[in-house]
Amino acid sequence: MSSNTAASVVDAPEASHGGHHDPVANKIGMWLFLFTEVLLFGALFIAFAVYLSIYRWDFQEASAHLDMPIGAANTAILLTSSLTMALAIAALSRANKKLALHLLVVTLLLAAAFLVLKSFEWGHKFSHDLYPRSATMELKAEGEQVFYGLYFTMTGLHALHVLLGGAAILFAMGLIWKDRIRPDRISFLENVGLYWHLVDLVWIFLFPLFYLIG
Amino acid sequence: MTQHESEHADHHVVPYGLYVRVWAALLLLTAITVTASTLDMKHVTVLTAMVIAVSKALLVLLYFMHIRFEKRIYVWMILTVLGAYGVFIGLTFTDYWYR
Repeated sequence: MSSNTAASVVDAPEASHGGHHDPVANKIGMWLFLFTEVLLFGALFIAFAVYLSIYRWDFQEASAHLDMPIGAANTAILLTSSLTMALAIAALSRANKKLALHLLVVTLLLAAAFLVLKSFEWGHKFSHDLYPRSATMELKAEGEQVFYGLYFTMTGLHALHVLLGGAAILFAMGLIWKDRIRPDRISFLENVGLYWHLVDLVWIFLFPLFYLIG
Repeated sequence: MTQHESEHADHHVVPYGLYVRVWAALLLLTAITVTASTLDMKHVTVLTAMVIAVSKALLVLLYFMHIRFEKRIYVWMILTVLGAYGVFIGLTFTDYWYR
C-alpha cells in the first residue's frame, strides 16, 4: 500500500493515467485557485473604485474616449467563447469527442479575435501618444492619467489571462486527442473551463467600468 | 459518501439548450447595459451598470460554472470569499473617507 502511494507520487503521468483519480479534490482545488485570482483582480477593482470616487469627472471624460463599440464587440466575443467552452465540456461528457474538439477550436478562434481587437485598441491609443507617462499623457488631468494607468494595467492583466487560458485550452485539446481526457476523466477540461469562465467574469466587470461610465 | 455518488453529483449533464439560453440572456443584458449607458442618467450610470454586471456574473457562475448543480459547499466557499472581499472594500473606503 505504502509503496503503491510512493510510486504514484514519483510517477505522476502514470498516476493520471490509471492511478488514483479524485474529481472532487480536483474541482475544489481549482476553485481555491480561482479565489486567489478573484482577490488579485479584486484589489485592482478596489483601486478603481477609490479613484473613481476621487476623480469622478476625470474618469467620465477619459472613459468617453475609449472605443466603446470595440469593447462591446469583445464582450460579445468572450461571452460566446464561454458558451462554446461550456458546450465542449457537455459534448465530451456525452462522449462526443469530435464535437468537443470542434467547439474548442471555435473557443480558441474567439480568444484570438478578442486579443486582435484588444491590440488594435491599444495600438490606436499608442499611436495617439496615449500610454503611461507619454508627453501627451502628462498634459492630461491627474484623474485621466490615473484612469489610463488603471485601464492599461487591468486590461493588460486580463489579456494575459486570455492568453494563458488559450494555451490551457490548446493543451487540453492535445490531451483529448490522445484520450487522456475522456468522459470518465474530464476534470482537467472542466477546470480549464472554470478558468475560462473566470476570465469572462472579470471582463463582465471591466467592460462597463471602463467603457460605459463616460 | 461513496465514490460512485460523488462521480454522479460531479457529472450532472446539462442540456445544450440551457447553455444557449443563458448565452442569449447574457447578450441581451450586454445590449441593455450599452443602451442604458447612452441615456443621460448622471448619478445612476455606474450603479445601473454594476447591477447588470452582477446579474451577468450570477448567470455565468450558476450555469456556465455549474454552481447551481454543485453541492452547497461551493456556494458557502464563494460567499466566504465575497464576504472577505467585502471587508477589504469596507476597510479601504473607511480609510479614504475618514482619514
